[in-house]
Amino acid sequence: MRAADVFRFSAGSLAGAPTRTLLMLLAMCIGVASVVVLTALGEGARRYVVGEFAELGTHLLIMLPGRSETTGGAPPMFGETPRDLTLDDALALLRERSILRIAPLTIGNAPVSFGAREREVTVIGSTHEFFPIRHLSIGTGRPLPKTDPKRAYNVAVLGSGLRSELFGNTRALGQWIRINDRRYRVIGVLGEGGESLGQNLDDMVVIPVAAAQSLFNTPALFRVLIQARSEQDIEQAKRAARDIIRERHDGEDDITIITQDALLATFDKILRALTYSVGGIAGISLAVAGILIMNVMLVAVSQRVGEIGLLKALGAPERQVLRLFLVEAVMLASAGAALGVLIGLVGIFALRQAFPVFPIAAPLWAPAAAVAVAIVTGLLFGVLPARRAARLDPVQALTGR
Amino acid sequence: MIELQQIERNFPVGDEIVQALSGVDLQMPAGDYVSVMGPSGSGKSTLLNVLGLLDRPNAGSYRMNGVETTELVEEGRAALRRDHIGFVFQAFHLVPRLTAADNIGLPMILAGVEPKERRVRIDQVLHSLGLVDRAQHRPDQLSGGQRQRVAIGRAIVMQPDLLLADEPTGNLDQQSGSDVISLLEQLNADGITLVVVTHDLAIGKRARRRIRMVDGHITRDTRTDARG
Repeated sequence: MRAADVFRFSAGSLAGAPTRTLLMLLAMCIGVASVVVLTALGEGARRYVVGEFAELGTHLLIMLPGRSETTGGAPPMFGETPRDLTLDDALALLRERSILRIAPLTIGNAPVSFGAREREVTVIGSTHEFFPIRHLSIGTGRPLPKTDPKRAYNVAVLGSGLRSELFGNTRALGQWIRINDRRYRVIGVLGEGGESLGQNLDDMVVIPVAAAQSLFNTPALFRVLIQARSEQDIEQAKRAARDIIRERHDGEDDITIITQDALLATFDKILRALTYSVGGIAGISLAVAGILIMNVMLVAVSQRVGEIGLLKALGAPERQVLRLFLVEAVMLASAGAALGVLIGLVGIFALRQAFPVFPIAAPLWAPAAAVAVAIVTGLLFGVLPARRAARLDPVQALTGR
Repeated sequence: MIELQQIERNFPVGDEIVQALSGVDLQMPAGDYVSVMGPSGSGKSTLLNVLGLLDRPNAGSYRMNGVETTELVEEGRAALRRDHIGFVFQAFHLVPRLTAADNIGLPMILAGVEPKERRVRIDQVLHSLGLVDRAQHRPDQLSGGQRQRVAIGRAIVMQPDLLLADEPTGNLDQQSGSDVISLLEQLNADGITLVVVTHDLAIGKRARRRIRMVDGHITRDTRTDARG
């Protein structure tokens, strides 16, 4: 049988049963489209989290007081209280060349009021460097001034949410707000959407670290954010920071330094689980498509038993009958897969329009894999019934027994 | 030339084994015109299927033009069917989505005949069957007699030596049935070996050689050379 005739015959039998062909196309299409869209969602989630980390700061190390290390052995004889991390400790870190900048953090909750309005919010004490390290944008005004971190200026930068709650539509810059019983002048407002890792910076107020220490009456720092000079400097910065603090704390290693890598490794587990589950869901939808195809094919084959018997009676060997069905299944699967990819891409486009924040994008491998799987499924589920039919005894096939 | 020797064919039905053909001996010279008659279940359709290489006997020898077919694999028997045997069925078995011309051309497509050659041969067959004006009609646009003529066209387009017809008039009215038989006889007159299985005594009697089957045996084999 000539190749052109094989194609024409198969195309003819597809066109000859439009309902069946459409059903199979639909099944294949839905399967492929769902794989493309689901993987795009998974990839979107991954990009979203990676983006969140970028927002957290680049080449970032977080130093916190206390040693978080579990060791075996008997409980210590003497109560081991970690030394506080002080502002001097933080400033000493700047000696190290691999450290670009640091931002000491003192955090507490306090009532913030303007006139009759009062809100209980998170108060962050830090320095000018806090803003570039955390990639915070200033909506109006300016960030904390670049001055001696040890001086407690009474100035404040408001989160945009807090600003509108306290001031409504009136001008906030230059006004005096009250935090606890102290007065601070508003010198800036953060840009909108300052959110990172679920921490909403909209409802916060940032004041100089010395002012916060005096407000909360503690010399201790909550965290020190350290920005390394480059990717390669992270390890060196971590080692040096540890050495500097140990030296200042009488040789005791009583701090913990978390790197972004460590955080990312934690999130990596979550992301991996997410990817697997999304892959599983996609696989199920393809399997469903495959079973749909098998159903329709089984019906189709039983409807065409007579035709198969005829082809055999006319002198087509089993192999040739099988080849006709094979070509038909491949044509159907490729058309369905192409259509499915198209619909998937349209779906992704629509989702992207609907949720612009969520960076949905199909990874390149997804459509390719979906198409490959679709064709394999189409072949498998399409050919198995056809194979059974091709093996039918022509006499039985002809009489429909 | 067709030679059957001691052909056995049995089917398991439930626990029993039904002997559809037992000890059948039959020789048919080229150009023979044979009718096979007998009650239902006498094995006449099985005989036709064995003759058409659609069915394999359990035992015995079937030589077609000197070739022992029982030793052939399925591919070989398919090739013999394609090149030497034409079938005409009671239910026509036309492909509904193909036109009359394409239905006639189907065996040539399966055999891989060049399209140009195909067109020439389809035209010849359409002319000889008087179906030229129906060439582009699909089976559901044709009458029963026309459908059976298309089916005969398909059976002879590969110019076979042997034409097997299983109740070819079973689904036709008297007039169309008679026309179809005349057409088959005309093909036989041109040299093709014709075997007709039928219930219809009138049609059975038209054959030069009449075989009667009962319970898988050939019980009578009569020949009238005077007619023809």
